[in-house]
Amino acid sequence: MPLTDLSAFQIATQIKQKKLSCREVTDEFLARIEAVEPRVKSFVTVTADEARQRADMLDRRVAAGDDIGLLGGVPIAVKDLISTKGVRTTCSSKMLENFVPPYDAHVAERIAGEGAITIGKANMDEFAMGSSTENSAFFPTRNPWDLDRVPGGSSGGSTAAVAALEAPISLGSDTGGSIRQPAAYCGCVGLKPTYGLVSRFGLIAFASSLDQIGPIANDVRDTALTLQAIAGHDQRDSTSIKRPVPNYLDALTGNIKGLRVGVPKEYFAQGVEGYVQDSVRTAIDKLAELGAEIVEVSMPSTEYALATYYIIAPSEASSNLARYDGVQYGLRVLDPGDDVVAMYSKTRAAGFGHEVQHRIMIGTHALSSGFYDAYYSKAQKVRTLIRREFEAAFEKCDVLATPTAPTVAFKIGEKTADPFAMKLADTCTIPVNMAGLPAISLPCGFHEGLPIGLQLIGNLLDESTILRTAHAYEQATEWHKKRAAL
Amino acid sequence: MRLSPAEVDHIALLSRLELSEAERERAATELTQILSYFEKLAELDTENVEPTAQVIPTVNVLREDTVRPSLAPAAALQNAPESADNMFQVPRVVEAE
Repeated sequence: MPLTDLSAFQIATQIKQKKLSCREVTDEFLARIEAVEPRVKSFVTVTADEARQRADMLDRRVAAGDDIGLLGGVPIAVKDLISTKGVRTTCSSKMLENFVPPYDAHVAERIAGEGAITIGKANMDEFAMGSSTENSAFFPTRNPWDLDRVPGGSSGGSTAAVAALEAPISLGSDTGGSIRQPAAYCGCVGLKPTYGLVSRFGLIAFASSLDQIGPIANDVRDTALTLQAIAGHDQRDSTSIKRPVPNYLDALTGNIKGLRVGVPKEYFAQGVEGYVQDSVRTAIDKLAELGAEIVEVSMPSTEYALATYYIIAPSEASSNLARYDGVQYGLRVLDPGDDVVAMYSKTRAAGFGHEVQHRIMIGTHALSSGFYDAYYSKAQKVRTLIRREFEAAFEKCDVLATPTAPTVAFKIGEKTADPFAMKLADTCTIPVNMAGLPAISLPCGFHEGLPIGLQLIGNLLDESTILRTAHAYEQATEWHKKRAAL
Repeated sequence: MRLSPAEVDHIALLSRLELSEAERERAATELTQILSYFEKLAELDTENVEPTAQVIPTVNVLREDTVRPSLAPAAALQNAPESADNMFQVPRVVEAE
């Protein structure tokens, strides 16, 4: 079996047992990147030299008898909005094309502290705004299952890299589904943690009340392992939750007898393809077979989540992205005789792509004098209604099972002309961010050779239960063993 | 109702985005479409509903005001388009007398 077929867990174990060296593993994944990257294009930057140097350093520590950590020697792809000291971090935007962060994000420090080897910075929709990775200012990433299709987004590069075995694990971020939707499209496992579980220090901000960083992998155990490495309190993010982090690997017991699985009927509504509904219903039957109790629930506010999201996220983005003004970092466009307002306006027009400009304008309008109550304030109240429905559902069940996305991966270019159609790809994932809940997507079937995702939503800070449920399902099925032919 | 050119210009100015003529047209169409979609929220009665700003019930996370290491000026300025004398440089903002 080629080294690149090993899971992160297997790699870390075999390095610990000195059956493999970090350098050997790193070289193997770099060779794989060289072989498939021209077709998949997962990475904005491949950090080959840095990765090899780090692998050699870690090998010396292993030789000296050190425990190099949970992810010791495991290559990892990092979404290009997570700051990496000394390594270009672009957000797939012309605005930050040459930006080199002077410090590491909290999660970059954490994965390094656990012995992981960052192998590259992954492509994404510009500033994480999009559902296909076509909004990258540099190039679109392709779906390893069908190179004419999108990998999903915005963490499309992180996910395609894992599906193409260019890295066993990766980090993405999820504001409205940006980890789970690409995981569904690429046949991977992706987890959005509870809001506040993973520090956003050094994450380039999109919508601060929604953004979370999370892991992407080819199986549930690697997802749990990576989450273990990045979860926990950090005082540099004031929304970071101060609570002991459970052992997520211990949660993978294989036993879901008596677990109450809620099925919200609104997630099986118009717009969700029949083949997706069938696969997800079959997966729910499998959970029942494994001993879970299935509970029908209703969450009527679900249909309002998309509109709510497209007020709240752009509003917060318009504020967060005000910092790109050509002064402290990033692009500057300044013509002779220009005043500062002209400099700001030209810089932002040249540096931001269309979708980013569109969302800045939505948010600016929604927050502007005379419109705040009708839009932002109203959306925050609807957010309360959505949250309450989840709270009520979790009084009756332990997890909720839904589709992750209404379709399989669509063709490159298919939805670029109609940005609104693109937004519908996120209808099943967005409500979860509104309520700050953890959720995981894992493969539950195929339609015409393309993967379908099952979403399991958990109660606040109950990552353990969704991981346990996902793992039990995975062990009882074969979907996670399938790999894209490249 | 379709946003007027004046309304689009106002939003673009507040956003600090210089739009071409074609972009102004496209912005009018796309903003009008999404704003009319937002009207869907009016179907919901939120009269006595508290807004949710974020989901974690933490307020005012405070820490001791102690001196900690921070970025050196050279590191803070390393990405600046223009700097001089340990400062960011911008076009003149104060008119000369």
